[in-house]
Amino acid sequence: MTFREQLQAWRYNLVPDHVIGEILTKRWTDNAIPFLALVIVVASFGSAIPGFFKLYSLQESTRQLGEFSLVVTGLTVVMLGGGIDLAVGSIFALSAFSAVSMVFIFEQPVWLAFAASMATGATFGAINGYLIGFLRLRAFITTLVTFIIGRALYDILVVNFGSKIQMSMASSDTWDFIGDGTILGLSVPVLSALVLAIVTHIALTRSRPGWHVLAVGGSRRSAHNAGIKVRQTVFMTYVFSGLCAAAAGFLIATRLSGAGPGTGHGLEILALTAAVVGGNSLGGGRGSVVKGIMGAIIVMVMTNGLIRLGYGTGTNQMVLGILLAVAVTIDIRWLKNRHKVLNEVYVAPVYLRMGEAPSAVPGSGTPYALNSELSGATHIGLGEVEGPEDVILDRDDHLYCGTRHGEIVRFFAPDYTRSEVFAHIGGFPLGLAFDRDGNLLTCVGAMGLYQIAPDRTVTQLSAETRRSFTSIVDDARLRDPNDLDIAPDGKVYFTDSTKRYDAHEWTLDSIENRATGRLLVFDPSDGSTKTLLDGYRYTNGVTMAHDNKSLFFCESWACRIHRYWLEGPKAGTAECVIRDMPGYPDNINRASDGTYWMAWLGMRTPSFDLSLRHPAMRKRMARRLPQDDWLFPNINTGGVVKFNDKGEILHTMGDLTGLAHPMVTSMREHKGELFIGGILNNRIGRYKIDGADTGWTSNDSYWGASK
Amino acid sequence: MESNWLSRLKDLNQERIVLVVAVLIFATASVALPGFFSAPNLISIVRSISVLGILALGMSVVVIGRGIDLSMVAIMAMSVAWYLQLLGDGMADHTALLLVFAGVLAIGLLNGFLVAYADVPAIFVTLASGSFVFGYVRSQLISSDAVPVPEGHWIAMLGGLRFASIPIEVFLFAILSGAMFLFLRYTKWGRYVYYAGDNPIAARNVGMPVRPMLVLRYVVSALTAFTAGLLTAASLHSINTRVVNSTLLYDIVLVTVIGGIGLSGGKGGVRNVLVGAALIGIMLNAMTIVDIPLLYQNLIKSTILLLAIIMDGLLNPRDEQTAQQGDI
Repeated sequence: MTFREQLQAWRYNLVPDHVIGEILTKRWTDNAIPFLALVIVVASFGSAIPGFFKLYSLQESTRQLGEFSLVVTGLTVVMLGGGIDLAVGSIFALSAFSAVSMVFIFEQPVWLAFAASMATGATFGAINGYLIGFLRLRAFITTLVTFIIGRALYDILVVNFGSKIQMSMASSDTWDFIGDGTILGLSVPVLSALVLAIVTHIALTRSRPGWHVLAVGGSRRSAHNAGIKVRQTVFMTYVFSGLCAAAAGFLIATRLSGAGPGTGHGLEILALTAAVVGGNSLGGGRGSVVKGIMGAIIVMVMTNGLIRLGYGTGTNQMVLGILLAVAVTIDIRWLKNRHKVLNEVYVAPVYLRMGEAPSAVPGSGTPYALNSELSGATHIGLGEVEGPEDVILDRDDHLYCGTRHGEIVRFFAPDYTRSEVFAHIGGFPLGLAFDRDGNLLTCVGAMGLYQIAPDRTVTQLSAETRRSFTSIVDDARLRDPNDLDIAPDGKVYFTDSTKRYDAHEWTLDSIENRATGRLLVFDPSDGSTKTLLDGYRYTNGVTMAHDNKSLFFCESWACRIHRYWLEGPKAGTAECVIRDMPGYPDNINRASDGTYWMAWLGMRTPSFDLSLRHPAMRKRMARRLPQDDWLFPNINTGGVVKFNDKGEILHTMGDLTGLAHPMVTSMREHKGELFIGGILNNRIGRYKIDGADTGWTSNDSYWGASK
Repeated sequence: MESNWLSRLKDLNQERIVLVVAVLIFATASVALPGFFSAPNLISIVRSISVLGILALGMSVVVIGRGIDLSMVAIMAMSVAWYLQLLGDGMADHTALLLVFAGVLAIGLLNGFLVAYADVPAIFVTLASGSFVFGYVRSQLISSDAVPVPEGHWIAMLGGLRFASIPIEVFLFAILSGAMFLFLRYTKWGRYVYYAGDNPIAARNVGMPVRPMLVLRYVVSALTAFTAGLLTAASLHSINTRVVNSTLLYDIVLVTVIGGIGLSGGKGGVRNVLVGAALIGIMLNAMTIVDIPLLYQNLIKSTILLLAIIMDGLLNPRDEQTAQQGDI
């Protein structure tokens, strides 16, 4: 190994590049920029304004912040639902006026004033909601107009009744307490903003109505198709926003004990800027209450800070304009390019030097030498099945296979010309196995371990294991369950090939070549799933050894077979029994003569082996070339390989014509015949094995002869 | 039944309804209000609507192209205020004019660039740029809310100019309307505005320069705003920047939308602006003669605007196929 290559190996195997991509998949990274802005704003204004952090000063300045946060929380919910509410400014002003007039003109109790405020907000919100939700008008322009109407109404009211309010002698202790008092050092606006934020957050993330709002904002059409009442949901978001603005209006009414022409002036652009600066997405679906609150603090501190620092008229508008433009632009660009950035950095190949493999060239004399024996196989279900990754036969000789369409298809013995959908799974069934009671167990790609009872009821057995401590992306979920086998005690041993990619992205996993495959065990007695082994390059086929004391599993991208000991002195450890094969192994199954069958999904090529030593090249390739031009494992030639307990290769069968079985992902011996499946094939092969025991079935081999 | 009612209404179309309503109000006012149907009052109606009409022409080009420009009033007031301030500070006229012209052009280009190339929704871009333009000019470039026109300057002369006792802005409004009509109807670029407004993606696929055209529209609206600002200063002999906080912006949208230019783009033309302007001009004049206070006029105007938008929404329902996610 040259020094340069050694450097490559260190660079790509020791530096955890993949972490960057995994962090970027986290939604909380969206909060990073607003949070940074928040820290900078608070720190710089806090240090520029003397006494900013004094308790009294904070109590006073946060009253306004509390009211503002209420408004922003309401607006955030509307925005999450895909709308916008500019009318908050006039709702705020009108409900402040309602409260004030209740107390000072009609001399009613405070609770009635509060009720009047909320009623005003609800009415206005309902009007907006009706126009936008049910009449489907454009949110921006509609709320802009209702905002002007509200403002005009408010101006008229203030002109006509303003003096009456000022002259009123009415007073109330409750009213003054809400306006001036503190509870545990917190003012009423701050407390109510906190309570509302927590309640709204929980409602949005953990309740049905909240999910509906997010779904509608995320994709209106899909939400409609999913049966969500889109119009009603949109309507409710505006009512909610109206109520929030009304509560804020009530609070400012108690604080100022009056309603002047300036009340709520410019609030709509402040609130909008706050919601967007916090990172809530325009057009809905992405955002949170926390983002809204962060934005509210940024905007409040900034605008109040500029005033306290003595900057002149217009400075605020200038800063707000810049803030809004920058925030919206960043939001739009980030949303548009996030997946591109992710694609750029997610694939992080590692260095691997594959060992020298024995030749598989026909006539080379090695046990791996390929031939065209499999081209003699007859076919079952030609053109009827798509992607039978694994095949299996039951005690009545019926043949089962999974298909790309998410079904398990059953072909009827003896001639396998008739078929039916045995069960609908919904995901791509890969490995199959029968348990003692005749239940069919399957590893479903991207879904988990499932069981189909003889009466066709489908049950999920396992979809997750324990999360590993160092994981960034939650690796508890099974991303690519691939093959399984069942021990005599009923425990199910199965593989999860990769934590980094979904099942259909296996090419990317082969290019990255990072060792994240797992061997897991599901215990039906307590329903638990445990991770036995971790850190293999694409764990794939699993089979119990004939003596049931150990199991074999393969590591596809490393071309190795391992033996995992269940009993004996080496229990709980794995050892490599076959290494450096010339082909990529897939499923493994028992053979009638005490040996094992292994499928090869493809053959190693010198070019791909070489590329594994050049991670930088593979990264460039995945980034710059279209998928069709990628270099990845050759899957045009595969085969079936027979090996024994000692790991000796006995025989290899291939299809060099490439017509019937170029790629083999599975094979099952049954009564002297071999049934062959391929994940990209359109048929199941049926091949007569010379000299095999015509009475042997794997069901008998596992569970004893049938009665 | 409702759809039947709607389809019959569609035959009527918004422009004609508005025209009929305008004629009705005009007739009623002529009979009922003393002094309404007189030459001086009619001239004052046309004059009062000229500046608004010019602004609405600029807005209509943007709206037909499926956009909106909320920064027009800020550009109108602040550009002229800055110009007058520069003159007041003793800068040479042509230098000041050139500088302000460049500034207006820059804001138009910036609006257009952010909408066209950064894909930011027009309402946010122009809301933000309007706020910025007002804030920046008010806090950095001018020293008071209102800036007067210097004595004997050509703008002051412009305000006093009359042809056949009709003020100059009426002629300017007529000329600009004619120019805009010819542009939208008979030039290639004018037709592109409609195609891009009707279906931007299709227009782009066909090979029209959709993005440069977008930028052009915002530049046009900014320049129109500047022109309207100069006329305002000419007739008032000063410019008051507080107009930015008034309802003028919504009046522009009102005139644009009420005549039948759909907010979803691709529909309408100069004729719709003229009809809308006529209705609003007659109505405002009548309300003033009847002596309805300004506050109530605002309420009435905004309610009419809401009705116009509801009508627009019913007649031109949003097209779910070409409407984009986040198109609010």
